[in-house]
Amino acid sequence: MLSQNDYVLKTVEERGIGFVQLWFTDVLGTPKAFHITPQELENALEEGMTFDGSAIDGFSRVQEADVLARPDPSTFQVLPFHGSGSEVARVVCDISNLDGTPFEGCPRHTLRKVASKAHEQGYTFFVSPEIEYFYFAGNEAGSTPLPLDRGSYFDLSVADLPSDLRRRSVLMLEEMGIPVEHAQHEDAPSQHEVDLRYTDVLTMADTVMTTRLVLKAIARQAGVVASFMPKPLAGVQGSGMHTHVSLWRGEQNAFSDPSDTAGLSVTARQFLAGLLEHAPEITAVTNQWVNSYKRLVPGHEAPVNIGWARNNRSALVRVPVAKAGRAESTRLEYRAPDSACNPYLTFAVILAAGLKGIEEGYELPAEIDATGTSGRPLPQNLNDAVDAMERSELLRSTLGSHVVEWFLKNKRAEWSAYKSEITQFELSRYLPML
Amino acid sequence: MGGSAVILCAPSGIEPEVLECLTEAGYRLELTDDPAQALDAEPTIAAAVVSLAAEPVRAAELLKVLRTHREEPLAILVLVTSAQLAELKMDGQYFDDFCLVPAAGVELVARIDQLTHALGAGTDTVVVGFGPIKINLETYQAAVDGRILDLTYMEYELLKFLTSNPTKVFTREALLSRVWGYEYYGGARTVDVHIRRLRAKLGEEHASLIETVRSVGYRLGQPTWGR
Repeated sequence: MLSQNDYVLKTVEERGIGFVQLWFTDVLGTPKAFHITPQELENALEEGMTFDGSAIDGFSRVQEADVLARPDPSTFQVLPFHGSGSEVARVVCDISNLDGTPFEGCPRHTLRKVASKAHEQGYTFFVSPEIEYFYFAGNEAGSTPLPLDRGSYFDLSVADLPSDLRRRSVLMLEEMGIPVEHAQHEDAPSQHEVDLRYTDVLTMADTVMTTRLVLKAIARQAGVVASFMPKPLAGVQGSGMHTHVSLWRGEQNAFSDPSDTAGLSVTARQFLAGLLEHAPEITAVTNQWVNSYKRLVPGHEAPVNIGWARNNRSALVRVPVAKAGRAESTRLEYRAPDSACNPYLTFAVILAAGLKGIEEGYELPAEIDATGTSGRPLPQNLNDAVDAMERSELLRSTLGSHVVEWFLKNKRAEWSAYKSEITQFELSRYLPML
Repeated sequence: MGGSAVILCAPSGIEPEVLECLTEAGYRLELTDDPAQALDAEPTIAAAVVSLAAEPVRAAELLKVLRTHREEPLAILVLVTSAQLAELKMDGQYFDDFCLVPAAGVELVARIDQLTHALGAGTDTVVVGFGPIKINLETYQAAVDGRILDLTYMEYELLKFLTSNPTKVFTREALLSRVWGYEYYGGARTVDVHIRRLRAKLGEEHASLIETVRSVGYRLGQPTWGR
């Protein structure tokens, strides 16, 4: 029987791969990689690669700086965007301690742990995110973002550059085995959306990282920028990552019950109740930046209050109406996450909150009204969200105290740096009058 | 060395031990009493074994069907008793070689190896293919219309399996157990996900090579009698 490692090694040899990128992700969801030569690959596959993690966000520890990157051979993929010359491939890694035990700062490990818990209860968790983002002419620190399809900076002949970039990105994603459900121009100027077809949660988290990388790489080749900043422009929609989720038991969608008014099974109602109950606690993960909370304001189809609805796009959780006879497409859409989240941790906390609802048999509150104004509010800013995280038992057991402690420290520092800034708002409003 | 070749056996009169020897040698067996249907469903069949020992009249009919049913050559081996040996006409009209019963497994395997090699349906095939898809089993590289596909391990295994068994419909469960083995989790939807990924990589032009058979499963390519 052909082993995964053999397949990877043989392919590297046959395709003349010059370098292999070992990918992993820090706690904030920033992609990280180091490059190894094909000669080093066999050893890396068997024993992992040791590196100093102290410079990686969320990896530093008091006692031990070194960690081990262990390539997951099932993720081996030749990268199509490296042009001619020698080919480049990537393998996604799990991070472990030197003794081989999983490193608790590794987001992929965190997600795998929650997914295994669901699996022990007989469930498989499927996820399908919609990734919104903007194309801008540049992204230098402090500059005002310039949308590509507005203004005179670009002349008419390249006015449809963003749509062209999006098309090329989708083709490349498909070539890499990442099926795209659909892709479209969004409401805001130069804003686009790529909807990924559902897959198991761990693969999807890898896929979100790959997708963001491909979108950025293709934009960069054209001399522009793809940005996942949650709210880059005031007054228009921000970039969300609405996440469609469903639990399956073998061939059966465990969320579906066609006899229910909303088409939801008891399992789905409990999962949904868990999401609503724990929403404030998990918001620091799903919306992890100061800027994330500029998106969560009324009027731009972003959720503000905690509630669920079938036909209300400002609800935190939307229950898309499954078409008649298509009960297997029953799912919940969690609308809080933004495109700049860490997909591993975001999917992990969504799943953990839902499973908690099932374990504890939470009661689902009534559907919210059409205005969507009822319900408790989501955290109003990063500081509130971090406070809610600190009080959360659920997050401590899901993420582990290493990640929670690091996250609290890092996010408090971010909030305190933000607080001491004098903003454009204050200058234009107060300087003339005070 | 059986490789990927398939052998059709008209089972009546063939001892189980003989079948076991063939399987052990690496051949995949297709047991049937309706060779015409089996040849249609499974074009990769390289050889057939028929026993004349038990029901000689019925066996003679089967041989006629086997020899005339398809254009591609088929190696046919008969099992005979020593009493029947005297009447055998070795003119190659209905069979290519024979073995005496009780047959020694080793001898039978050696004869079939020789026959399939002689026909060019080599049992140690390095390349499997269907239509524009070619897979080199030695280098693990797959290509469609000459374009190399960058497949992950599971995508490669799935495409290899479908290409080695073209036009045959497999349920999701069958694919899970035969391609993934038992070290998977994710259930039958895992299969849908991988099929969709394979189609994405095959590209728009060739995506339809993998066909969804509604409420059954998947198959690679149309059976020839469907055209």
